[in-house]
Amino acid sequence: MNDLTAPEVIDEQRRRLLKVGIAAGGGLLIGFHLPLASRAGAAEAADSEFVPNAWIRIDPDDRVTLRVASSEMGQGVYTSIPMLLAEELEADWARIQVEMAPADKAYTNPLIGQQLTGGSTAIRAFWTPLRQAGAAGRELLIRAAAQTWNVKDDECRAENSVVIHKASGRRLRYGELVAKAAKLPVPSAVFLKEPSEFKLIGKATPRRDTPLKVNGSATFGMDVKHDGLLTAVVARCPVFGGKLKKFDADKSRGVKGVRQVLAIHSGVAVVADSFWAAKHGRDALVVEWDEGPNAKQSSAGIRKNLEQALKRKGVVARNDGDTVKALKAAAKTLHADYEVPYLAHACMEPMNCTAFATKTGCELWVPTQAQTGAQFVASKITGLPPEKIKVNTTFLGGGFGRRSEQDFVAEAVELSMRTGAPVKVVWTREDDMQHDVYRPATLNRLTAALDKDGQPLAWRHDIAGPSIFARVFPNNIKNGIDNTSVEGAANLPYAIPNLHVSWVMENGSVPVGFWRSVGSSQNAYVTECFIDELAHAAGKDPFEFRRTLLARHPRHLGVLQLVAQKAGWDTPPAGGRAHGIAVAEAFGSYCAQVAEVSVERGQVRVHRVVCAIDCGTVVNPDTVVAQMESAIVYGLTAALKGEIVIRDGHVQQSNFNDYPLLRMDEMPEIEVHIVKSIEAPGGVGEPGTPPIAPAVANAVFRLTGKPVRKLPIRI
Amino acid sequence: MISLNVNGEARDVDVDPATPLLWVLRDTLGLTGTKYGCGISLCGACTVHVDGEAIRACVTPVSTVTGKNVTTIEGLSKDSSHPVQRAWVAIDVPQCGYCQSGQIMAAAALLARTPKPTDADIDQAMSGVLCRCGTYQRIRRAIKEAAGVKTGGAA
Repeated sequence: MNDLTAPEVIDEQRRRLLKVGIAAGGGLLIGFHLPLASRAGAAEAADSEFVPNAWIRIDPDDRVTLRVASSEMGQGVYTSIPMLLAEELEADWARIQVEMAPADKAYTNPLIGQQLTGGSTAIRAFWTPLRQAGAAGRELLIRAAAQTWNVKDDECRAENSVVIHKASGRRLRYGELVAKAAKLPVPSAVFLKEPSEFKLIGKATPRRDTPLKVNGSATFGMDVKHDGLLTAVVARCPVFGGKLKKFDADKSRGVKGVRQVLAIHSGVAVVADSFWAAKHGRDALVVEWDEGPNAKQSSAGIRKNLEQALKRKGVVARNDGDTVKALKAAAKTLHADYEVPYLAHACMEPMNCTAFATKTGCELWVPTQAQTGAQFVASKITGLPPEKIKVNTTFLGGGFGRRSEQDFVAEAVELSMRTGAPVKVVWTREDDMQHDVYRPATLNRLTAALDKDGQPLAWRHDIAGPSIFARVFPNNIKNGIDNTSVEGAANLPYAIPNLHVSWVMENGSVPVGFWRSVGSSQNAYVTECFIDELAHAAGKDPFEFRRTLLARHPRHLGVLQLVAQKAGWDTPPAGGRAHGIAVAEAFGSYCAQVAEVSVERGQVRVHRVVCAIDCGTVVNPDTVVAQMESAIVYGLTAALKGEIVIRDGHVQQSNFNDYPLLRMDEMPEIEVHIVKSIEAPGGVGEPGTPPIAPAVANAVFRLTGKPVRKLPIRI
Repeated sequence: MISLNVNGEARDVDVDPATPLLWVLRDTLGLTGTKYGCGISLCGACTVHVDGEAIRACVTPVSTVTGKNVTTIEGLSKDSSHPVQRAWVAIDVPQCGYCQSGQIMAAAALLARTPKPTDADIDQAMSGVLCRCGTYQRIRRAIKEAAGVKTGGAA
């Protein structure tokens, strides 16, 4: 399927799902239900004038308003998503405004089946439907103009929110045409542009949210204001799975500004007039916890459990050839265990949610990646039907997967119900660090065989670790495999005739969740480092070794060769520095990186990172560059510093003193090169993260002669 | 009652004198541009100016700033026209944006003191302000742009 080919026929089902109607005030509404979003929607009458939850509104004053269904968490969707619409609608970019879509099935992400921003899907999910909707709108407006002038449609063209009659030069603004266009039937076929015709897509376009983010006016969840708003801070059991035994709130209630102290589902909440009062109130609480069965849990114990798990038979995620036989027969085999720790998300904006629940409805103001999930949770707690739950999505001060959870939403809703007031639940940094859903800690056993020429004959990768899906979407476990546990491992691109990847689920007490690039974040580290060990054993250059094994994977090869060329791979850096290289595919995109690293007084220092990314068709190139910079820093922080340790059931880290993040003075120079492509768009937010840890670790291997088999990197 | 001067305006607030300036700004005065990130002066999201110096509002008791001029992101300029803000827009520095008020206030204080900062000056002034989105490279470029210093190296 190549959706870049014109003309695009809107199939019968899609046509019925596209709707146009008249907005209050006389504008044109365009709505659509995406195929996965609503089977019921398909049966609804076509061309209805009633377009609930329209995506697009064009007003008589020419303003175009697009409801963006993806949360803006730094990845630039407030800019890139409207670019898709504006391109085909031929709308004046300056007159396009965005508003955040409410929670509704109409805004379902068709690649996920929920209204959820994650999996680097925003562009991939809306690439076709938003361009089709834009093209349909353009055709309607052209037809409305043609009818007005009594000419044929194809005698007219649209540009900058104006329809022009080519022969006479007559012009009508979109705003003058919307009333007429709104009464026309939805076109059955529309022409989508060839990439060569793009005016906006592929052009570096300034972010629409930047002006709000340089003067303090952008509203994050933390910044929500409401008449009578109370702030709550919650004491939660420090051991996962523990329960409240009893508490004494006398001193808390004595703190000026504290209104109520309540036992709630997650612990004890102190509700006050301000954050400072609520936090002081919590500090004054005396709470006794029943720490439950995990009170003795420790990182060492978890590691032992993973060791034991590797002795069990795993579920096979990939099996090419006969790996057991090939390993037995091989002249030379290599063995290594690789491990990664739990990691916290550490969004700069700690978790929070504001809720106002009444008997008749509930309104949320929340920095969330998962609007319908928030609606569902609030509906369950309040007993109100989902349509009575209004979800207002604020800007997100970072998401990275953490804000697809609903724990903070549930607290706010319960507290608003219990107090009868609007309540903002604010997590402190310590709460955020110690009650996260962590990137899984895994143990990996690798075995490989080389033939006499140093070519790999066999590769076996056994993974033990907890399952994210088992906790959040158990139905997504297919044939016993949680794909998020094996992605980045089961799709190993190298030409190895005997290849076996298996996974043993070992769910501990520590809750695990989606963390930027998910399974690929650790599996690319493991596989790309072990490939370097193979290259080393074969006496071959790590770039050349990969290159010869990637002949059948042109896009991997493309980024690998590009990054090697741009980094000057053939000229090793001087001054005690070394290069490391890695490549990975994730979320439909291909990314390779070279890190230039030194080890000085036991400290790893990364001086420069060169990145090549092939994410197919690029919508906003500057955003792609920014996301690569961001993903590299996120992954580098994990590679050099990140580790959550459990002792006596407690998370030992609490703030940025013991869970440090990369700082300005440690920042490498990053250089990003984008592969020109007309392939369908791939993901952008996450694919830059997987290669950085192995690129750095492989450079360290070169410098020290010792492979780095455990993160974070310690010399 | 504590008397403050915030962004050029006299403001009287009825709070415990030990309350951190951050929460007086955010909860009492409604100036939410200054952010909470860590509460213990480790992330710099709460950076504001007191008599022109960059300080961390999360660990500054409000009683210690009476009689001094407090400037927050809302007061840095009337119309986002401060050279640092203009450079931030030109280079599209922010991603999620949560830390950016602190970054901009730290950068503005640096340039007021050191109009032509070196990389080492930037490291020193800016390393206390964390950015989880990793916008550091653009921050460095934007500071140099605002200072009119030639940017070296790669993009």
